[in-house]
This record gives sequence, structure tokens and C-alpha cells, in this order.
Amino acid sequence: MQFENNAVSIQNLTKTFGDHTVLKELNFDIPKGKITTILGFSGAGKSTLLKHILGLTKPTSGSIHVLGNDLSKLDEVELRGFRQNFGMLFQYAALFDSLSALENVAFPLREFSKLSKEEITERSAQLLESVGIQKISHKNLPSELSGGMRKRVGLARALALSPDIILYDEPTTGLDPITTKMVNDLIVETHEKNSNREMTSIIISHDVKATLKISDFVAFLDRGNIIEYLPAKEFANSTNELVEQFINL
Amino acid sequence: MENVEKNQNFIVRKFVESTSNLGKSIIESVDGLGRFTRFILRFFFWVFKPPYRYKLFFEQFYFIGNKSIFIILLSGSFTGMVMAYQTYFGFKLISVDSLVGPVTALTLAKELAPVLTGLIVAGRAGAAMAAQIGTMKVTEQVDALEVMGINSIQYLAVPRIVAATVTVPMLSALFLFIGNFGSYMVGTKALMIDEAIYFQKIGEFMFLEDIWQGIIKATVFGFIIGSIGTYFGFQVTQGAQGVGKGTNMAVVWGMISVLVLDYFLTSFLIHIL
Repeated sequence: MQFENNAVSIQNLTKTFGDHTVLKELNFDIPKGKITTILGFSGAGKSTLLKHILGLTKPTSGSIHVLGNDLSKLDEVELRGFRQNFGMLFQYAALFDSLSALENVAFPLREFSKLSKEEITERSAQLLESVGIQKISHKNLPSELSGGMRKRVGLARALALSPDIILYDEPTTGLDPITTKMVNDLIVETHEKNSNREMTSIIISHDVKATLKISDFVAFLDRGNIIEYLPAKEFANSTNELVEQFINL
Repeated sequence: MENVEKNQNFIVRKFVESTSNLGKSIIESVDGLGRFTRFILRFFFWVFKPPYRYKLFFEQFYFIGNKSIFIILLSGSFTGMVMAYQTYFGFKLISVDSLVGPVTALTLAKELAPVLTGLIVAGRAGAAMAAQIGTMKVTEQVDALEVMGINSIQYLAVPRIVAATVTVPMLSALFLFIGNFGSYMVGTKALMIDEAIYFQKIGEFMFLEDIWQGIIKATVFGFIIGSIGTYFGFQVTQGAQGVGKGTNMAVVWGMISVLVLDYFLTSFLIHIL
């Protein structure tokens, strides 16, 4: 699929580890300001693709442009600076366990913004409240929070630097149905709140039902290549045998 | 005839198997050494680059230093006391019991203080470093740092290695002081060595170079314990089991490195100091 305005543009991306090819001549564009989900079986190369988008892994061949920047042309220090354009919600939130919920959200602000201590605290509290974490839990350690609350705090931390691209790595894996719905609603809500600045959301998931509900576009990755890429409404009716099999599992 | 052939085949197969296992472990060791060297080079690259996170350094300094003081005081004093006893009864046989003070002081300064401090810190702080970083690795906290654009070596390894390098010589100096105090107490109060002679002999036989030797050794030990502890933390994979394995490796290799390096440092420092 081709779009007018791409957040991510991948051309002929190949990644090999020794004799094993994980991504094969992959061509893939992700539109700006939309929710795009990448589905696929375990071992299909989803995490490797995510690492390439984040500039954490260098491709064996091919190129990746993110927000118009060719990642291969950035050195390590420039790449680190560039990553501030990203926010990421990890599968298990990956909160720093020695820091409170508030300190976790304040962490990127403390590292990268020029805000004063008071402003950082105020902004972090606002972010936490915007994802539904009450003030009473702000000082709790991650171990004192439920799985759903940890995800919320993780999302608030990911949004702290107002990223242009937010990535969700298996956001609902291991959660109960109610929390799953809550996380999915939160993803849509967050996306809508930031739609004025065209924030792009990229989701890596196994959850077909939720994906079709919340995404604008869905891509299916199989053995290192995108074999189907359609608007979410059309994806459900895909005639690709493997995709059909995956949807009906 | 058939049995002989079978036996021969079995022996050949076992020989090939053990040779291949030996080869595999040699390759793995060289590979591990290479990765460790690369890790150290990355440490030196990032240690001089801003931002300098003083708060993290002081947190580690407090953890390694302050929290080890009690163990150092306890082990230092008893090491000095037992040294005084052992040397006294040996030296008395050849009527040189007045040398208990300098022998204990020299042994503590050059060997026991840096080596035992190194072993204590490797067991306590080295293990904790590997466990903390390993847990962060398996719970994706290290990935979270990287995604935010923060170098995990600079953020996690640099403060710990620098703190260990600074703290171990300080703890070693404390071990030396308290060890000598223990030796003095046993030597002069329990074994009745003349106090004036005790100090006079120390002044005669002990020089500043001897103390320097211990401080240099302790500094190197601190650096290596910090490096090994953090390195094995970063190598952790496979959940809780991996954290346990990484912690175990950090302690084992930390202690072995202290003992092996001690020999090489001694043979080197004896010539230059």
C-alpha cells in the first residue's frame, strides 16, 4: 500500500543472523497519523522489524526512513537523540521497579527536557491522570500496581515526551478480557487525543479481534515478509489462506 | 573379532566427542573473553561522555561502601587478630616474636586487605550488580532505556564500575587499619609484646610503597569486580533461571579474577615500587 504521508518507509529490508534470514526484501510503508497493526505468528520477524524501526538493529541490506530520516545515515549519538521521537509501551510495561509510578513517568522528562523539578512533577501527574491513574497511586512502586495499572503508567511514560510515533509491543498479551478492553480503549483514546499533531501508532499484536476494531490498517508478517496489508475493514475479508487461517483460529 | 572392532569404534567415537567438546569450550571461552573485552572498551568510551550522572554514582558508592563497612570491620579485625596469634607462636620458636607487628602489618597491607576486601565485595556487591541488571534485562527495563535513547552501559554499568573502583581501595584501607588494630590488641594485650617495640619494628620494616601496593591492587580489584558484575548482568537471558546463573557467574569469576590478578599484580608491582 502507498500513502501520501509516511511515518515509516521501509525499502528492500533484509536482515540475516548467520545463515538465518529473518526479514526478506521487505517493503512496507506506515502512514502518518494512523493506527497500523502488524500481525503475525511467533517467530515471523515482528520484533526484529520493530527493532529496525527504532534503529536498535542495523539492516543487512535495504533502508528505513522514519519521519523522513534515513536511519542508516545517523550515527549512534544522533540515533539516540532521534529515538526521543518514539514512545513505546512494552508487553509487560517495563517500568523501572525501583521508581514510583510518578518517577517512572518523570524519568524521560528528567533526562531530556529542560523543565524544572516542579514542572516535571506537575506534568507527570497530569500524564498519569490522563491515563486514569488516581493521585493516590502516584507514589506506588510498580510491584504495588495491578497489570492494567502498570500498562497505564507505561503508556503515560511513553507519552511523556509527546512522541511522533508510539509503538505498542503486544499490549494485551497476558491480560484478562476486561483489562484487554481497557487497554484497547486507552490506545484509541490516546491516539484520538494526539490526532491534532498526527501521532502515529504502531501495534505489534496477536489479538486479531481487537486489532480489527482499533486499527486503521493491518499488515500480516509471515516468514520475514508482509504477505497482506489492507485497511482494517478489508483485512477481515482477506482471501489469503494464511491470513484466513490466522483470523479464524 | 567383531567385539574388538566395536570397542575400537567406541573409543574413536568417545575420542572425537571429547575433542569436539574441548574445542567447543575453548571457542566459547575465547568468544566470552572477546565479548568482555568489547564491554570494557564500551565502558571506556561512555565513561568520559556527558551526561555525568553523579546521583547514580553516589547511590552505588553508598551501596558498595557504606553497606560493606560492617563486614569489613568484622573480618578485618579478626584477620588481624588471628594473624598476630599465628605469627607469634611461629616466631617465638626462633626468638623473633618482636617481629609480629611488622609481619602482620606488611601481610595485611600488601595482600590480605586488598584480596579479602576484593573477595567480600565480589561476593556481596558483584552479585548484587549482576542480579539487578539481569532482572532489568529480563523485564525489558534495559530495552526501555535504549528505546528512550539512553545508553544502558552508560546508565547502568558506568556508575557501578566507577563506584566499585573508588570504593574498594577505601574499604581495603579500612580493612588494613582495623586489621592492624586487632593485631596490636592481641599482640600487646594478650601476648604481652612490648608496645614500644611493636611500633618501632613496624616503623623499621614497613614503607609507604607497601601501602601503595595494596591500594593499587584494591583499585584494580574494584574495577574488575564492577566490570564482571555488570557484564554478567547484561549477559542474562531466560528469566529467573538466567538471573541466578548470571549472579553465580559474577561471583565465581569475580573471586577467581581477584586471586589470579593478585599474583600478576604482585609480580609486576614488586618490580616497579
